[in-house]
Amino acid sequence: MTARDGRGLRIAVLAVLALGLLGPIAAGLGQTARAAFGVMPELGAVDPGLGPWRELSSIPGLWTSVKLTLWTGLAATLLSLMLAVGFCAVAHERMSNSAAARWLTPFLAAPHAAMAIGLAFVLAPSGWIARLLAPLMGWGNPPDLAIVNDPWGIALILGLMVKEVPFLLLVMLSALTQIPLRQNMAAGRMLGYGRGLVWMKIIAPQVWPLIRLPVMVVLAYALSTVDMGLILGPSNPPVLAVLLTRLFSDPDIARILPASAGALMQGLLVAAAFALLWLAELATRRLGLWWVRGGGRGSSAEPLLRAATALVMALFAIGTLAMLSLVIWSLAWRWPWPAALPQSWSLKAWGSPGAGWAHALGNTLLLAGATTAISLTLAIAWLEGEDRARRGRAAWAEALIYLPLLVPQIAFLYGLNILFLRLGISGGHVAVIWAQALFVFPYVMITLSDPWRALDPRLTRAAASLGAGPWRRLFAVKLPVLAMPILTAAAIGTAVSVAQYLPTLFMGAGRVATLTTEAVTLSSGSDRRVTGVYASLQAGLPLAAYAAAFLIPALVHRDRTVLKGASA
Amino acid sequence: MSLCLTDLTVRLKKTPPLFPALTLCIEPGEVATVMGPSGVGKSTLLDAVAGLLSPTFILSGQITLNGVDISPLPAEARRIGLMFQDAVLFPHLSVGDNLAFGLSRTVKGRRVRRDTVQEALTDAGLPGMYDRDPASLSGGQKSRAALMRTLLADPAALLLDEPFSKLDAGLRDEMRGFTFTHIRKREIPTLMVTHDPEDAEATNGPIITLSKAETSR
Repeated sequence: MTARDGRGLRIAVLAVLALGLLGPIAAGLGQTARAAFGVMPELGAVDPGLGPWRELSSIPGLWTSVKLTLWTGLAATLLSLMLAVGFCAVAHERMSNSAAARWLTPFLAAPHAAMAIGLAFVLAPSGWIARLLAPLMGWGNPPDLAIVNDPWGIALILGLMVKEVPFLLLVMLSALTQIPLRQNMAAGRMLGYGRGLVWMKIIAPQVWPLIRLPVMVVLAYALSTVDMGLILGPSNPPVLAVLLTRLFSDPDIARILPASAGALMQGLLVAAAFALLWLAELATRRLGLWWVRGGGRGSSAEPLLRAATALVMALFAIGTLAMLSLVIWSLAWRWPWPAALPQSWSLKAWGSPGAGWAHALGNTLLLAGATTAISLTLAIAWLEGEDRARRGRAAWAEALIYLPLLVPQIAFLYGLNILFLRLGISGGHVAVIWAQALFVFPYVMITLSDPWRALDPRLTRAAASLGAGPWRRLFAVKLPVLAMPILTAAAIGTAVSVAQYLPTLFMGAGRVATLTTEAVTLSSGSDRRVTGVYASLQAGLPLAAYAAAFLIPALVHRDRTVLKGASA
Repeated sequence: MSLCLTDLTVRLKKTPPLFPALTLCIEPGEVATVMGPSGVGKSTLLDAVAGLLSPTFILSGQITLNGVDISPLPAEARRIGLMFQDAVLFPHLSVGDNLAFGLSRTVKGRRVRRDTVQEALTDAGLPGMYDRDPASLSGGQKSRAALMRTLLADPAALLLDEPFSKLDAGLRDEMRGFTFTHIRKREIPTLMVTHDPEDAEATNGPIITLSKAETSR
């Protein structure tokens, strides 16, 4: 075998990625930038100028929007990171990674929008928490407080944290397996440092380079989320991404120009946040070194870590309540204030699938199936190409995988839609599948990479020595042995696809209704029972995919201990 | 300062002790060696003295340092240093900062601390290597840096867990000499666990051979 092996495969994968992934993002950004400076022939705008920026800056409340965006995005990311580090420090010794992964799954699987809707049900003045407090506080009526959609964005920050802390925990637990944790902990303790201090001075600095990219993903998401911002965020003015989505959907299509300027600004905000993160890393490194050199052993870190753990448990509790409340509202009939549970139950909201949810469910399944299949095929082709070339992944390739998750969606999706309009595919399923796959592929790829590389190389070598060619080695050895991680990647792909809001809204031109687009639309003041149905389905679908990923290998490989996934 | 073990045994829940009760007093500067077949619990014994025993083990007997029972204390409060088979230098810190991490808090002042580390590096045959990446050191250099890091923490007793087993045969003698000289100079009572009879001979100290406890049930 030589490095030329699988060259055709690698070239094909690169071509597909360049045309299908890189191309659309670059073209979308390009279109957005053109429109931001006044050029959009479709609208008859052909003279470049700063008009769109002037129009954008004259929008009342714009600067408040920008400030809110920065505040909620940075606060949510920083708090999530701090809490996850603290929790990891305390919990990693008491829980196996597989137990933790199972425990985190429901929180990871639930789409942001479903979690946000559930949180709104729990936190609202007439929500669960207020109902439970009512007898104690003597509230005869729901309290007159803007808790959800509060002008400071607290509810939005909380919502982001409920979703991002589990994600960061998963990433950290996986990073921890890559450093000699026990040895480092023992060495640090034998030099007189308590566990908490060893964690902060020795473990965390080694974990950081391994989780930097995922933290950037969280940061980019938190600064540019549309669905969570709509459901939980401040309403007037909203965060920038929500303001821009409204602007893009304005009946006056000329508003697309200032909206594009804003989309470019959203991109710059995220870039500035990355720069800030980089500066913070430099500063922390200097400060940390100064701290390490001081040699302080005072074991004052433990109470902080314990506080972080308690807060994470509280987040999990709120998240669990939120998901439960979705189901309970969908089954509730009479639920007067301040009863803690409905007085009477009904299946009425579920009873008429033809009226809407069956159609949305069908669309969602179709999109999830198509995007996951495409992403999985591409990921397997990429990994197999790496195997055949016997090379590790270059840094640029890793960056390419993360790219769609680091550029804010709104900065290029509308521009991309203009391109799709010219191609004549906008508003159809193909366009939505393409746009969703941009975000599904990275997660599938990231999930599958580690188990793929961990595959025992002797298996394929043994197969080769028995005369099996590269394709037979792939289909007869690698794929069956990797069935469990492949199905897990498929489940994650499904979860990501189901959760997509903006790509479905923009590329579907409002004509492709999914559980997520319907749930987000319904969340603004519709009947909670109907909203509960859509959000329950939205949260239930990814969970079912995870369950299938867990059960299928267990059944198919029931008499193969190694493949059953007991260790996964 | 002497390190004494009295009737020390370790057992897993509901199983007999791993080895017969051990009683032993190590004087300052003395190196006692524990030998025995693998699986007899030598490393577990060191973990017990160090305070790193996993909670599934039950410890009985006493561990006293200068007459004070340290068994209820957590590992970091025992003032016991531990040298591993591997050097376990922290990869994100420079060689000098690894030593600075170890250096006792009683040495105060940025300048003084840095000078102390520089001196220790020179002592270990690593002059001017403060800013070196630990990964760029040779095996022997890593071991010497790790010993210095441990000694700078000013331990009241020292544990060595097969400290020379991963070194090349040629380096072993040199490293033994280096280690035992420093231990004697600083008068630290030391307990070493090893497979290698040559390690034991080089100490001129007492040698205890652990054998499996009677497994009569």
